[in-house]
Amino acid sequence: MKSIEMTGKTVEDAIEAALKELGVKGDSVDVEILDRGSKGILGLIGAKPARVKVTLKKDYAAIAKSFLRDVLDKMCVKCEIHIKDEDDVLKINLVGQRLGVLIGHRGETLDALQFLVGLVINKDNTEAEHKKVILDAENYRKKREEILIGLAKKLAYKVQKTNKCVKLEPMNPYERRIIHSALQDHPYVTTYSEGEEPFRKVVIDLKR
Amino acid sequence: MKELVEVIAKSLVDNPDEVQVKEISGEQSVIIELKVAPEDMGKVIGKQGRIAKAIRTVVKAAAIKENKRVIVEII
Repeated sequence: MKSIEMTGKTVEDAIEAALKELGVKGDSVDVEILDRGSKGILGLIGAKPARVKVTLKKDYAAIAKSFLRDVLDKMCVKCEIHIKDEDDVLKINLVGQRLGVLIGHRGETLDALQFLVGLVINKDNTEAEHKKVILDAENYRKKREEILIGLAKKLAYKVQKTNKCVKLEPMNPYERRIIHSALQDHPYVTTYSEGEEPFRKVVIDLKR
Repeated sequence: MKELVEVIAKSLVDNPDEVQVKEISGEQSVIIELKVAPEDMGKVIGKQGRIAKAIRTVVKAAAIKENKRVIVEII
């Protein structure tokens, strides 16, 4: 990431000079004060300038947008990219016609793209700086969530009636979590996962 | 198809200049060979091939329109 060191009479002066040098505004940088500086005695003896280190903040939305734009162009898909940068999540919504090709079977293409965008924006980041990406197209995630909750309730009822446990098809962690939380307060059934990724699946069983 | 792999690979690696992509077209299938700097291999393969799998999934989706089978090989 780009960062520069700057000196000035006061801390404020130094920051201002650095912003001018980088050509940006104050809210797109992180400032680290290296030395507050001192005026010295009577401004003559032992005067030290203030030193600051100014680092350009990473613009996640811009990186994600340009990467996605490139990829979608090459896939010959025309759509709008809407990005909302929230604290530690980057929410990206793709809006356009016939985006089925971007979603794929059970959302596998959407998940792959989401994973790749996450890698690209978190490149050179440490674990603590990791930013999550949620990529959606044509409201697929919301619809899928509703379907999964419906499925969970239906199967819970079946388990209760037949006294037999039900295994769902393999799902990714995000979808399994939706099933678990949909049934966590259910009075008669309990849920757990079994198997190894990527074939891990949810099992709905009677509470004992 | 070739450009798609190139765009993705270049965004993932540390040495984008060393990314080389070759496309070999057959009758029904296309083979795309991706070559990156040795130290960047991990960046395009990933833990248990997760990244390679994601690249293949995206390329496969893009190839549906052209009705061809695409094989992405990392060499």
